[in-house]
Amino acid sequence: MVKTEKDLELTAKSCAKNLEDKFSGASGKIAVLICSGTGCLATGAKDILATFQEEIKNRKLEAKVEASKVGCFGFCSQGPFVKIMPKNIVYRGVKASDVSEILEKTVLGDEIIERLLYVDPVTKEKVSKLEDMAFYKKQIKVALYGCGIINPEDINEALGYGAYQGLKRALHMDPQEVINEVLTAGLRGRGGGGFPTGRKWQFAHDQVSDEKYVVCNGDEGDPGAFMDEGILEGNPLGVIEGMTIAGYAIGAKQGYFYVRAEYPTAVARLRNAIKQAEEMGFLGNNILGSNFSFNIGIRLGAGAFVCGEETALLNSIEGKRGMPRPRPPFPAVKGLWQKPSIINNVETLACVPFILREGASKFNALGTEKSKGTKVFALGGKVNNVGLVEVPMGITLRELIYDIGGGIPNGKKFKAIQTGGPSGGCLTEKDLDTPIDYDNLIAKGSMMGSGGAIVMDEDNCMVDVAKFYMDFICDESCGKCSPCRIGTKRMLEILNKITDGKGTLADLDELEELAQVVKANSVCGLGQTSANPIVSTMKQFKDEYMAHIVDKKCPAHVCKSLMKYVIVADKCKGCTLCARNCPVNAISGTVKQPHVIDQSKCIKCGLCQSNCRFDAIIKE
Amino acid sequence: MAHLSASAVKQITEIVKRYENERTPLMMILSAIQSEYGYIPLDVQELVSDLTGIPVAEIYGVVTFYSFFSLNPKGKYVVGVCLGTACYVKGGQSIIDKFSELLGVKPGETTPDGLFTLSALRCIGACSIAPAVSINGKVYPKMTVGKVQEVIDEYRKLGGAN
Repeated sequence: MVKTEKDLELTAKSCAKNLEDKFSGASGKIAVLICSGTGCLATGAKDILATFQEEIKNRKLEAKVEASKVGCFGFCSQGPFVKIMPKNIVYRGVKASDVSEILEKTVLGDEIIERLLYVDPVTKEKVSKLEDMAFYKKQIKVALYGCGIINPEDINEALGYGAYQGLKRALHMDPQEVINEVLTAGLRGRGGGGFPTGRKWQFAHDQVSDEKYVVCNGDEGDPGAFMDEGILEGNPLGVIEGMTIAGYAIGAKQGYFYVRAEYPTAVARLRNAIKQAEEMGFLGNNILGSNFSFNIGIRLGAGAFVCGEETALLNSIEGKRGMPRPRPPFPAVKGLWQKPSIINNVETLACVPFILREGASKFNALGTEKSKGTKVFALGGKVNNVGLVEVPMGITLRELIYDIGGGIPNGKKFKAIQTGGPSGGCLTEKDLDTPIDYDNLIAKGSMMGSGGAIVMDEDNCMVDVAKFYMDFICDESCGKCSPCRIGTKRMLEILNKITDGKGTLADLDELEELAQVVKANSVCGLGQTSANPIVSTMKQFKDEYMAHIVDKKCPAHVCKSLMKYVIVADKCKGCTLCARNCPVNAISGTVKQPHVIDQSKCIKCGLCQSNCRFDAIIKE
Repeated sequence: MAHLSASAVKQITEIVKRYENERTPLMMILSAIQSEYGYIPLDVQELVSDLTGIPVAEIYGVVTFYSFFSLNPKGKYVVGVCLGTACYVKGGQSIIDKFSELLGVKPGETTPDGLFTLSALRCIGACSIAPAVSINGKVYPKMTVGKVQEVIDEYRKLGGAN
């Protein structure tokens, strides 16, 4: 139990020493760290860890080698990662079948296994240290503090890495001073809105009530975004500490995490971290010997995107349909169970311990004039280095996509980067040198959003992308406001008409009008921003809409009604593979002679193209 | 409530009791029942209503609002094809189309033999290995149209056996 500040000092000191010894080898053991984020787990990290533990046991190496989990390294497309300390060698793309060789050659011996090293795509050099990879060079970890370093299931490692030093300092200040510190830091809501966190806290602080609540919004429903998942999996205690500090600042005794049920690993680690924090006395009564008491519960989502909207989230916790409430009253006045509440995003709360531990000036030294600190992005789509990256605000999109992301795969041409998910928009080539911050992205017709950043290349059809988001929103609209419920459906129908090749120019005007109506007349952010992907793509890619409507062509060859597969006679060797595999027998031809696709039978499944060994089948 | 067995009644009563100290436990109760039984039919909702005093209309409203709750039993294997943005731009739609074609059911439906339910997922946070498919929690990374049959066969072989 850690009952007083003195206890924390002693515990932190011994934990820090243990962690240091683990990494420096002073513990007498070699530490094998296995990335256990969702991406690596899906590609075999669980088996790798189990195999290491089994081999260590079988070879009786317990006194020499220790294998443990760590949170997400971030460089997900290269996973699973294994890091060996103190040798500081990192292997990527590891399989369970490599474990025995790694143990023998690198852990026990001093040999580096070349084939498991990361190869820099530009210099073609093999790289054995994370810090030497271009992917990491521009990154700074504030919200992702400790991710990829500590074992997220062991509170002692977190304590050895600065956990609860922020709370300790906060408890020496009065709540108003804590709020001032967060205001000075310039922290803005990381869920997308960008509202100053300190001001939100101030509103709730100023309410007089015997009951107040802190709610953490972990309902990260934006498709293509996994920042909060990475944080909760990599250092759950950091978010718990942030929530505890928030509770102290506004005068709440109870906090709730609302996490989507789609994240089982994050939920399990969060549960475990709460339990350990309770056992050690960091949650409960008289925390660190102060008068402050705080407890935390978890609530799970049940697959409704709209619950990411803060008032819908509150309704969901209250056991109701997740429909938004009209504001005012704002949650800071009447929130959970009608009591003053603040709702902060996972990443926002993850920044709070840093601000209190290191001081507001350390945080606001990073970033731009109006957007301070860092932002975590889930970089995905058509980019070489897919993963979680944390960069200082103000970095340009070009740096994000090319320096960190490693550019576009297969020599394809960059077309757009989508930020802000279903509420956001697309940014193009001409925006690449824009420094990323809340205000710049809005000025450019998109928004920061929660951090999803999906890169699209020349093979993506922007009308199809707009349709994808509209289909999503249409499905997720809660149905409360008719402009959103009906308007999104009508917009989706028009987009379907256009991608089916039946669109007219009048449809574009109608889309614009509907977009205005839905924006102006919906109660919550979901409806108000639902047309953004359409408005943004219509503005940036008008030519693609025109091609679909006027020329009846999909320039990217995505929309099935507007494209066809054809066999290039010069390239076809007549191997018959396509004809044999065609599910509708649409391909005919004689052996060793060029084949032909009967367009009236073809269902455009693309199987022939993916099977062809001579690249003889193209879309046009 | 004639359809519920005595053991089911007992188990649901226990689940409701588990959350009796919570202020608004409905979501927690329904999540527990969903994960225990795989669906929440009307007679179970009536029982929850009797036990909690929450009107059954309200419970039905909540059950039908959230996509995780189901009124009908799901297949033994729930094939979730991720259609989050990262998976979508990398061809997730063609993967779900292929599953739909080979299983003969549309997304949201269950095969007549009760073996498979096909569902479209909204981002499972596995964007680095897009397009991803998750079957009863096991994630298949970087799926291709060509691999779909193989994956279905893998589960057909396991069949209905537990």
